[in-house]
Amino acid sequence: MSMLNYVIRRLLFMILVLFGVSILVFGVMMLIPPGMRVSAYITHERIRPDQIDSMIELYGLRDPFPIQYVRWLGNIFRGDFGFSVTAESPVLEGFKLYFPTTLELVLYSAPLVILVGIWFGTVSAIHKDKPVDHGIRLFAIIGYSLPTFWLGLLLLMVFYGYLGVFPPGTLSNEGKDVVYSPEWIAITGLLTVDGILNWRWDIVWDALYHLILPTINLIILSSALIMRLMRSTMLEALGQDYIRTALAKGADRKTVYYKHARRNGLLPVVTISGILFAGLLAGMVITETIFTRKGIGWWMARAALQLDVPAIMFNVLFLGTVFVVVNLIVDLIYAAIDPRIRLG
Amino acid sequence: MSSDSKPTLQPASGDEDRVPESTAEKPQAGHPRWKDLGFSLKRLLKNPLTIIGLTIILFFVFLAIFAPILAPPPRPTDPFLMPHKGWKIAPSPPSKDAPLGTLPSQYDILYGVIWGARSAFKIGVLVVMANMVMGIILGSLAGYFGGLIDEIIMRITDIFYAIPLLVMGMAMVVALGRGLTSITIVLIILGWPTYTRVIRSEVLVIRDMDYIQAARASGSSHLRILLKHVLPNSIFSVIIVGSMRIGITVLIAAALSFLGLGSDAGYADWGQMVSTCRNWIVGPADNRLGYWYVVFIPGFVIALFVLGWNLLGDAIRDVFDPKMRRR
Repeated sequence: MSMLNYVIRRLLFMILVLFGVSILVFGVMMLIPPGMRVSAYITHERIRPDQIDSMIELYGLRDPFPIQYVRWLGNIFRGDFGFSVTAESPVLEGFKLYFPTTLELVLYSAPLVILVGIWFGTVSAIHKDKPVDHGIRLFAIIGYSLPTFWLGLLLLMVFYGYLGVFPPGTLSNEGKDVVYSPEWIAITGLLTVDGILNWRWDIVWDALYHLILPTINLIILSSALIMRLMRSTMLEALGQDYIRTALAKGADRKTVYYKHARRNGLLPVVTISGILFAGLLAGMVITETIFTRKGIGWWMARAALQLDVPAIMFNVLFLGTVFVVVNLIVDLIYAAIDPRIRLG
Repeated sequence: MSSDSKPTLQPASGDEDRVPESTAEKPQAGHPRWKDLGFSLKRLLKNPLTIIGLTIILFFVFLAIFAPILAPPPRPTDPFLMPHKGWKIAPSPPSKDAPLGTLPSQYDILYGVIWGARSAFKIGVLVVMANMVMGIILGSLAGYFGGLIDEIIMRITDIFYAIPLLVMGMAMVVALGRGLTSITIVLIILGWPTYTRVIRSEVLVIRDMDYIQAARASGSSHLRILLKHVLPNSIFSVIIVGSMRIGITVLIAAALSFLGLGSDAGYADWGQMVSTCRNWIVGPADNRLGYWYVVFIPGFVIALFVLGWNLLGDAIRDVFDPKMRRR
């Protein structure tokens, strides 16, 4: 089967999956009684109780499921995701406001998580069954057993509470004054990038200072996954005949380990790295809540607690889409770089 | 993979390797599957990490079983409500009354830790068991019958796979109403796809084995073949997956509780206990780490519980995974 055919088939399948996800999310939200869902349409505070019932009628919140679903889907295709009470703005506006904060943390932590994982995994495999290997494996298994929220709180307690460094949030108060002032030109929404574009290095530093703890938190928790995979694929690669041949020929050990074996061991790590990216986004609900970083995770947590239905549905759909797209990209990369994979 | 079919059901097939196995069909001891299991268990118990993991799990089993003796509930009708002396907001440090200190509002941490073990086992075991059953039914149907049934079941599985578990979980718990029961239900609804995929891939291999063909040729019904031949040979993989999922399940449930979707304050649930301490990470001015026990203890208990299951699951995977074993 040709590549184009494969891509088309995967795209069609992706749309099917997203439809399924949307039906599920919508179905779940329909469990909430209309009287509570109507709050999504109330944009001002002074509303009489008898008006609520007419609003339920107006927006057809008591209609049968398929009718409401089709109406909702139609709105989505017109780019109308509804109004988010927690963001106090239309959902898409809220997303534009919150997403850069999340993206910034993911962009800084994901490469570090992957590098740490690959490095530890390689070292662990080369020294299989030696104390270094045991140590790294124990570290990894502890890492993914720790509750995200607990590790975050401990880090905050020690660094912020006791040592007085690395406060929660995204910027210091002085930094916020700068960012919210009229001179500040927000282009990307990423504080570090905008800081450079505005030539305000103090803001760049301030933002990085606030990124350190959440990044450490994510490295400890998430690199274990990459590390374990890297270790096992590396072990597999090290067991191959050509490695033994190379070593027997007297080739430099370092070259054999880090060039020949690791390159082959890296392949599956490409897959898991994509999934890690999607996973990091989804895990932001907790990380951002603890470090009070106002990104989509923080938004989602507030939306769930306050029954902000449009925001909840949008975020689930968004993360589902990211997951499916990332999976597709990963598979395509995989097919492109590994000649052993046949499309089908 | 061995067969467990009765000789009468298995007409002489061309498969020479099988003959000694089928004739060795004496209950228990001699059966190759039990031999295999014995071998695996021996290897499992040689691993020091398994022993550590098992010890941790047994410790929590002990806490859960003897909870009424270790921490007698003041109100036996509601043992999960943590007792508290007074309503003082600030937590109190460890003392004679409360050996591990108290949470905000004076809830006894030790009591919560002990009864929380019951909550954790309830959620972990219930969710994993329910998911195993769902996975076994759906996965074996999909794998065994193939065709349209397979297509439908697996496409639904794909949809569930694309759902962000934590975020969708939050939405569903909100829709069902907060509380541990909702969390359990939601984790059951969202957790089955892993098991289904595992069982299906196992069944796909077994389905085409000669002894299955033979059983079908001799007139066994599909149900009989599934129950007597296919499942016994594929069920192990699901049990392994299950043992690895209990820790993660408890972790996710705790995360949902932590976000405020679990039980109310005062209920013996570890996740909920951590969530009440969020405002106490900075101690009083003279002792900045003054409330360490509030933050540290409940979360440490969760971490220990999950670590125990992960250590065990990891060791089990190493031993039973055909790729890793006998190296």
